Amino acid sequence: MDQVVALLAYDFVQNAIAAGLVIAVVSGIVSRFVVTRNMSFAVHALSELGFTGAAGFILLRLSPVLGLLAGTAVTAIFIGALGVRARGRDVVVGVVMAFGLGLGVLFITLYKGYANQAFAILFGTITGVSRGDVVLLVAIGLVTIAALAFVYRPLTFATVDPEVAEARGVPVGALAVVFLLIMAAAVAEAIQVVGVLLILTLLITPGAAAERLTPRPGVAVAWSVGIAVFCVLGGILLSLATNAPVSVFVTSLSFACYLLARFVVGPRRRQLRAIHSARADEAASAAVASGGSADL
Amino acid sequence: MTDLPVRLDRVTLTYGQRVIWSDLSLDVAAGAFVAILGPNGSGKTSLLRAILGLVTPSSGRIEVLGHAPRRGDPGIGYVPQRSDFDPDLAFRGRDLVRLGIDGHRWGFGLPHPSVRAQVARALASVEAETYADAPIGQLSGGEQQRLRIAQALVGDPRMLLCDEPLANLDLRYQQTITELIAGWQKRTGGTVLFVTHDVNPVLHLVDQVVFVVNGRWAAGSPDEVLTSERMSALYRSHVDVVRVHGRILVVGESTESGFNLDEPHHVPVAVEPH
Repeated sequence: MDQVVALLAYDFVQNAIAAGLVIAVVSGIVSRFVVTRNMSFAVHALSELGFTGAAGFILLRLSPVLGLLAGTAVTAIFIGALGVRARGRDVVVGVVMAFGLGLGVLFITLYKGYANQAFAILFGTITGVSRGDVVLLVAIGLVTIAALAFVYRPLTFATVDPEVAEARGVPVGALAVVFLLIMAAAVAEAIQVVGVLLILTLLITPGAAAERLTPRPGVAVAWSVGIAVFCVLGGILLSLATNAPVSVFVTSLSFACYLLARFVVGPRRRQLRAIHSARADEAASAAVASGGSADL
Repeated sequence: MTDLPVRLDRVTLTYGQRVIWSDLSLDVAAGAFVAILGPNGSGKTSLLRAILGLVTPSSGRIEVLGHAPRRGDPGIGYVPQRSDFDPDLAFRGRDLVRLGIDGHRWGFGLPHPSVRAQVARALASVEAETYADAPIGQLSGGEQQRLRIAQALVGDPRMLLCDEPLANLDLRYQQTITELIAGWQKRTGGTVLFVTHDVNPVLHLVDQVVFVVNGRWAAGSPDEVLTSERMSALYRSHVDVVRVHGRILVVGESTESGFNLDEPHHVPVAVEPH
């Protein structure tokens, strides 16, 4: 504990906490939409191709953070252009991902220097970010949050009720591409904390846990953000106390949150379900009693 | 400019090379209940989409509420074909209805007392208050359909477009949903366009019928259109229209499968079990 308090005075720790906070808020909001839109696979692809981008930028001796963002953004545009329609999107994602990851392998092979940076991108590097990176991450984070706030309502409409949204004039197709770009930024950010390989722990788990805690969409976003912040800050502090990598604790904490949400609150939700199926049975028997008809 | 809520003048709709229907002309009077009938894939939903401004016909002219069709027309309420919600989805019926008010606007959409009151009124009008706060994916099909109607009507439209609103509902809910729509129409004098494969549950309400088959169409009052002659001409095979116990049965020539007409269950047939 004393060790942690002492460490909190250091620049690199403060940088990590500042960047981690913004990243957690972005991840919390985005993961709610990722879960509702069923886009886990796209997150995975964006993340791996973020790695390709970072590897390419390292090869060119440019900022790996910008490389991540370039990788995820280009991937988002490719996926958006090749398959905005929901059906077949997974296939497009797979096709783009396989090619992009191959490029990443090439970049790493060509890079003659120390492979440390590549390793950090795979497993997270939040306590290693510089002051300049923090400014960059906070800026990207704030732009992403602003974009999310702007599209929040129509994006929700397009996500849960696309047919009516389209009829009401919501640009459903354009929003799908916009959301891919928002995801690209969120993935590039979250990679800083947990790395490419563990990305889903921040971009799926908080949203999935939140869904189990409330039927209210606004409250679900709040829960999702809260869980993400708890996991990132908790992960950083536990990492300081133990010297084990941040991502180990973030993944454990977020998994614990999910299990708690699912099994502590789960029974209550199941009760609700039982009430409704009872009502459905009642309706069915009422229909039979009134001399129901068969639809040929 | 006319007073007619919907007017189609020799409209042809094509998807690529495929002609969905051609030269469709239709005048819908204000306050009319129009049933759009026909087998699956005959372009019933496409007709609604053309009126909503979501597809552009290749020729002809459409006028909706006095102007060319435009997406997001606040004068139109839309009940889409049933879509299932994930049972875990953190979303309530109350939220679905709210989307009908301002879901298309940019920004976050903070809670507002007047919006909340408007949602509450819409929920009350379809008697959905008791389950408006449950996760929507855990409600029955009939409950979801009531919420959909509340969503479509919450913005006080002048016209209601419904796509198979009775599909997969039990008899009791078919009646409830039909009564809700009829009640709204009586209260407001609104116009209803109602896509259905079975006209019988709404037969007592229908003023006008549009029947679409294989690119051909017929429109008029039910008595004009739902006759053996018109149906035989539409299907280009011998079809009998029979009225039994106040219901209309459209029956094709018998083949090895009994009722034929390509896809028997799409024909507005209702048979009482013995």
